[in-house]
Amino acid sequence: MKDDNRRDLRPALAFLLPNFLGFLLFTAGPVLVSLYLSFTSWDALTPPRWIGWDNFTGLLGFHSTAQGWMANDPDFWRYLGNTFFMLLALPLNIAGSLAFAVLLNQKIRGVTFYRLLFFLPSILYGVAIFSLWKYMYDANYGIFNSLLERVGLPPLAWLENAHLAKPALILMTLWLSVGGAGMIIYLAALQQVPEELHEAARIDGANRWQQFWAVTWPSLRPATFFIVTMGLITWLQAGFDMAYTMTDGGPYGSTTTLGFYVYLKAYKFFEMGYASAVAWLIFFITLILTLFNWWRARDGTT
Amino acid sequence: MKSKTSLRWMWHLPLLVFAVTMAMPLGLMVTTALGDAQMALRPGVSLWHVFIPNEWNWDNFAYVWKKVNFLRYYLNSLVVALFVTVGQVFTSACAAYAFARLRWPGRDRVFFAYLATMMVPNAVTLIPNFALMKEIPGWLTHLLPFVDWLDFRYLGTSAGAAPVGRLVGLDSYFALIVPNLFNAYGVFLLRQFLLGIPRELDEAARIDGATHWQIFSRVILPLSKPGLVTLAIFAFMGTWSNLLWPVIVTNLEALRTLPLGLMIFQQQSGAQWHYVMAGALLMLLPVIVIFIAGQRYFVSGIATGAVKG
Repeated sequence: MKDDNRRDLRPALAFLLPNFLGFLLFTAGPVLVSLYLSFTSWDALTPPRWIGWDNFTGLLGFHSTAQGWMANDPDFWRYLGNTFFMLLALPLNIAGSLAFAVLLNQKIRGVTFYRLLFFLPSILYGVAIFSLWKYMYDANYGIFNSLLERVGLPPLAWLENAHLAKPALILMTLWLSVGGAGMIIYLAALQQVPEELHEAARIDGANRWQQFWAVTWPSLRPATFFIVTMGLITWLQAGFDMAYTMTDGGPYGSTTTLGFYVYLKAYKFFEMGYASAVAWLIFFITLILTLFNWWRARDGTT
Repeated sequence: MKSKTSLRWMWHLPLLVFAVTMAMPLGLMVTTALGDAQMALRPGVSLWHVFIPNEWNWDNFAYVWKKVNFLRYYLNSLVVALFVTVGQVFTSACAAYAFARLRWPGRDRVFFAYLATMMVPNAVTLIPNFALMKEIPGWLTHLLPFVDWLDFRYLGTSAGAAPVGRLVGLDSYFALIVPNLFNAYGVFLLRQFLLGIPRELDEAARIDGATHWQIFSRVILPLSKPGLVTLAIFAFMGTWSNLLWPVIVTNLEALRTLPLGLMIFQQQSGAQWHYVMAGALLMLLPVIVIFIAGQRYFVSGIATGAVKG
């Protein structure tokens, strides 16, 4: 039995080698180095200096002042808030994806065309689309202000207004991803819901709306769990591309997420150790929220 | 029952509304790219003309292609994306073969370690990888002191011209390509595809005396073509749109990839949105072609990830 298990060891090593080398060099190794760096002060020029937990207390700690307790790094807490605000896109996205999937699950003509059209924006993600939306939000030339003007409303400074910028970015991400992977996953899941369940609910006198909440939504739970998990991993580290191309993190840091903060600290201020600590905090937040989601999903099914 | 079937067309109403909403920004992009500076949504221009311009201005594309150096950005992006795609598919397929078709001790534990790293945010490995790229020329100089690692000319620059990049390290194709040749997601995706191929096939080949390489390249690879194409599409599109990594490891204009080139042009163009949109459309063109040609692979790729999760 043991011999059988070892039968393929040598060819396995050969097949694994190219990928495993890259994995060690560019993923596993850097994870360890990053962990080390998060306990150092490093400007990328002189050798890193070990400073223990200082980065983390600098990020998470408070100190007392005449006005009361102050965060050591108020920016971090604001950007954490921004990151959670942008996370609002996730439930909106899930609701939208599900609505699209339900519409596309009807037996009517032209569904393929609609599906392709809804899916298209999600694959175009990138600077081209961010430029398009920056143009649409442009205070002077943008279509949003031009529409507002036509119905007699005053123009808005969409991306230059600290209160509007985040909702504007969320609207853009909704357009980008509402017809994306989430919709495709829900569509596949909807087609797996057994027709007998609906039949039984109908016989019990449930209307369409009740059928949806009593039959469809519970059977979609695994799909929702997957979409939430992927969404958390994606969204908690997101924000660099958008901030870098559209807002530069502003106005007044209102669109700086933790992902963009890592970039700013590392490549604007050359505080690589501090930036690494922020990156690890993103990881821990992702881990905690993912585990919570997993624990909740398990709780629901048993 | 009868009234229900006759009301079916009602489903088209919300679908049409959403379709128009989703299509509108893309339509605006196309018409702006074909418009002129005057048209770019001045207050007072009729909304109709936003979507149906008076004349089609194809020169905008020529302008960004030549004057804004898009040709160069395009070549850079193509070179990087093609190398990364081929490399990722190859390394992932080999590793997936070891994980899905071979038996060796510790296999599932190693695979689990691969999976676990997929949860680690990009931001964590970013700085060490940057540092690695920064240090590599120095290390190589110790190994091979007679090679000038910091100087490299390529892509049609004449001798005597200013160096436009390096062989390795920051500001090199090496930095843009090599760290992206390996990808845990690709291994995961292809392993799923390979697990679905019947075991009897390689057992039979083995009895016939085929080597592992022959089984891999003649039996397994041809049968996992949908998986390979799916991964190739994802790898190409991911590299094509990647902004963060080129921002960090390149400085020279000669090494700019499309996302970076378009972004910098957009910020310097001073609201010449017709040129920016023309550039954006040029950038999206290959993605749209891939989407039309390979749309069924997108769905199968998404489904593979979801079934396992």
